[in-house]
Amino acid sequence: MLVQVQAPTIKSPDQRPAVVAGDTVSGKTKVVVRDLNFFYGKVQALHNISLEIPERIVMAFIGPSGCGKSTFLRTLNRMNDVIPGTRVAGQVLIDDRDVYAPGTDVVELRRRVGMVFQKSNPFPKSIFDNVAYGLRINRITNDRQELAERVEEALKDAALWNEVKDRLKSSALSLSGGQQQRLCIARALAIRPEVLLMDEPASALDPIATSKIEELIFDLKKQYTIVIVTHNMQQAARVSDTTAFFLLGKLIEVNSTEKMFTAPNEKMTEDYITGRFG
Amino acid sequence: MTRRVLSPTGNTGDAVFRVLMFAVALLMVGIVIAKLIALSTDSMLSIRQFGFSFLTSQRWDPVKGEFGALPFIYGTVASSLIALLISVPFSLGIAIFLVEQAPHYISRPIGFLVELLAAIPSVVYGLWGIFVLAPFLRNHVEPALATALGWLPLFQGSITGIGLLTGGIILAIMVTPIISAVVRDVLTAVPGSQREAALALGATKWEMIRVVLVNGAPGIAGAVILGLGRALGETMAVTMVIGNRPRISASLFEPSYTIASAIANEFTEATGDLYLSALVELGLILFLVTFVVNGIARLLVWNVTRKTGGVGRAA
Amino acid sequence: MNNTDRLRRVNSAVMTGLTALCTLLAVGALLIILSYIAWQGIGSLNFRFLIDSPKPVGEGGGIGNAIQGSLVLLLLSSVFGLPIGIAVGVYLAEIGRGRFGSAIRFLVDTLTGIPSIVTGVFVYAILVLPMKHFSAFAGGVALALIMVPIVARTTEEMLKLVPHSLREGALALGAPQWRVTLGVVIPAAAPGIATGAMLAIARISGETAPLLFTAFGSRFFQTSLNEPIASLTVQIYNYAISPYDEWHAQAWAATLVLMTLVLGINIIVRLLTRRKF
Repeated sequence: MLVQVQAPTIKSPDQRPAVVAGDTVSGKTKVVVRDLNFFYGKVQALHNISLEIPERIVMAFIGPSGCGKSTFLRTLNRMNDVIPGTRVAGQVLIDDRDVYAPGTDVVELRRRVGMVFQKSNPFPKSIFDNVAYGLRINRITNDRQELAERVEEALKDAALWNEVKDRLKSSALSLSGGQQQRLCIARALAIRPEVLLMDEPASALDPIATSKIEELIFDLKKQYTIVIVTHNMQQAARVSDTTAFFLLGKLIEVNSTEKMFTAPNEKMTEDYITGRFG
Repeated sequence: MTRRVLSPTGNTGDAVFRVLMFAVALLMVGIVIAKLIALSTDSMLSIRQFGFSFLTSQRWDPVKGEFGALPFIYGTVASSLIALLISVPFSLGIAIFLVEQAPHYISRPIGFLVELLAAIPSVVYGLWGIFVLAPFLRNHVEPALATALGWLPLFQGSITGIGLLTGGIILAIMVTPIISAVVRDVLTAVPGSQREAALALGATKWEMIRVVLVNGAPGIAGAVILGLGRALGETMAVTMVIGNRPRISASLFEPSYTIASAIANEFTEATGDLYLSALVELGLILFLVTFVVNGIARLLVWNVTRKTGGVGRAA
Repeated sequence: MNNTDRLRRVNSAVMTGLTALCTLLAVGALLIILSYIAWQGIGSLNFRFLIDSPKPVGEGGGIGNAIQGSLVLLLLSSVFGLPIGIAVGVYLAEIGRGRFGSAIRFLVDTLTGIPSIVTGVFVYAILVLPMKHFSAFAGGVALALIMVPIVARTTEEMLKLVPHSLREGALALGAPQWRVTLGVVIPAAAPGIATGAMLAIARISGETAPLLFTAFGSRFFQTSLNEPIASLTVQIYNYAISPYDEWHAQAWAATLVLMTLVLGINIIVRLLTRRKF
């Protein structure tokens, strides 16, 4: 149970939180969030979030249930648009273009920023058709040869190829839970997104499947910028380069994972990490 | 001792209750069997007289005592097919609009209005068909079709406004609320995660809707078959606008005859046992066909919706 | 934004526009039919019309006996159909588990789809033929047979909505199951069961085909259940297919009366259940 705590003062807007990510940081920033406020109707769920996400790293969002980390993740690819009554104030810049600017092509945004959900949701189609779905609707290719190659590549990237290469035409629903989740990852990877958002991708899986997913993430960060929401701190520590800690809709701290889990800047973070609440 | 056998709790009241309930359940089985028996018995005369040729003969001649059901089978199938061809796209469109596009405060009242179409009695549709639809088709639609597509045998023949096409259109209107209501249930049962998966891959709204339709395909098939079952048995509206002539014709404008309307029209006028028996045999055929069609439909719909129908959906 | 993207976007907009159009047409059809009935029917509607029995062409007359007949038939069929239908619904919800229960549910569901005219033929065979004449009783039985599966399913749905905790609470106090069902569950579901019954009555009141050769029809007010009886729907049918304009006008007026009843019940039910769903 979350103990009622005094929320700490948030750094002022022009003092952007430093991102120190150790030796895997590239110089370029992929995503910049400025003063993001989010409302479900009258209820404010996110308060003045400002954050920078560099390229090709894994950033983990941690925090107790209901702290807004999933909501924030979904603002990055505008998935919250499908929920009626939501409102956004602030900016989310991907490659220096605000995705909330009027006239933004949301369909194209979602092609560039992929998402994997907490519970795997493969389409009731064959394994091949699931992975090929994004390629087909985005008209990336309709050539059968090229399609087959891209599907194979995506399945290999998702570490699923060997298990399914002989039964690509069989139904996706015949796979185990862990395999379905990896299929969903392959499906997202097939269209070569620039950023991959993962909303508690392993929370519905057993430990063995979970460790496979974590290995996968470790491999994927060579090519993709990955943001992963997790309620499992050990997972964040294992997998991510940078970690962001959220509480009650506010961003408390962003730091390199190593520093976050050994010597965090904020007392609130330390309390959460050491299990004093949450 | 029997108390314990009849009821797991051993309570007398419970035993009595269970027996009563069981009896009532058996009553349902009994009704179906009774229908089967009664219909078969009273059509025996006709079955023995005509055998299989009842289904293949085109001659329906009460005067000569020759009865063949083919004109009615043709009329029933043709009118139902026309009805489905017109109704299914509309029903799908309505269901998609109400579930995927309209905001809540629109979809509920509009959904109610569409469902009201199902509450209008068949005889009222027939009345409206005779005095509004038929003249409209006769004066505006059928001449236009004849001029534009008159080279097809479908659109030749005398234009009276009363005929197969009118019957099919009336059926289409009557069947649409049923199909769209079931499809609405089916689409609502598709989990939101499927929609999100499609959108997250960069799908447009319509592309996402197609994923939902794929998910609901078995249930949608069931809804269509349910509509078919309803169209096959619809009596009053059809008998009032279809012309009631037992002759098979290639033209949609010509009068036709369905099994249900034949029974409705001729039952009280039937002279002689053979005539009556032939009509009962028509009833038997209709019973068996609708039983099977509805059975298939229910199985398909059950598999897809967790709720097996809603309040007022039982029709 | 490239050209294929624009094409997809346009496609999406067109298709979603079409679905809105379909809905508009359906609602439009309803409004056209209803307003036409109102327009045509209101002319012939007056008090005498509602209480007179039919007279030969040119002498006026009304649907008084038809209204009486319909009410008698509704009452008769409800007396048989509602208790049995509710009982079957109770069976399906409370007792019918497992394969046998599923089989019964399947039968009941399929029975709702049997054309009402087939039921009419059935009742003709088992009642009218042996009795050698048409009767209100036969008409009532035919309507009851149509009513039972409909009421059974709605009753089952309503009973299923009663939370399990209610049943378990009563059972835990030592009440036998029949007491729990009759005294706790059914009362809890009573409003829903009642609305289901009302909808079934609305549906039955519009039935014509099964009455054509069971109740048959009559030009007089009813005195006995053993005789043929008039009904609104059969009267509308007879007037509609007649060659007389005057009777056509009466058919519209009778339709207006019938539709008021049917629509009235449907709207009331909807208003009552609006807060629940």
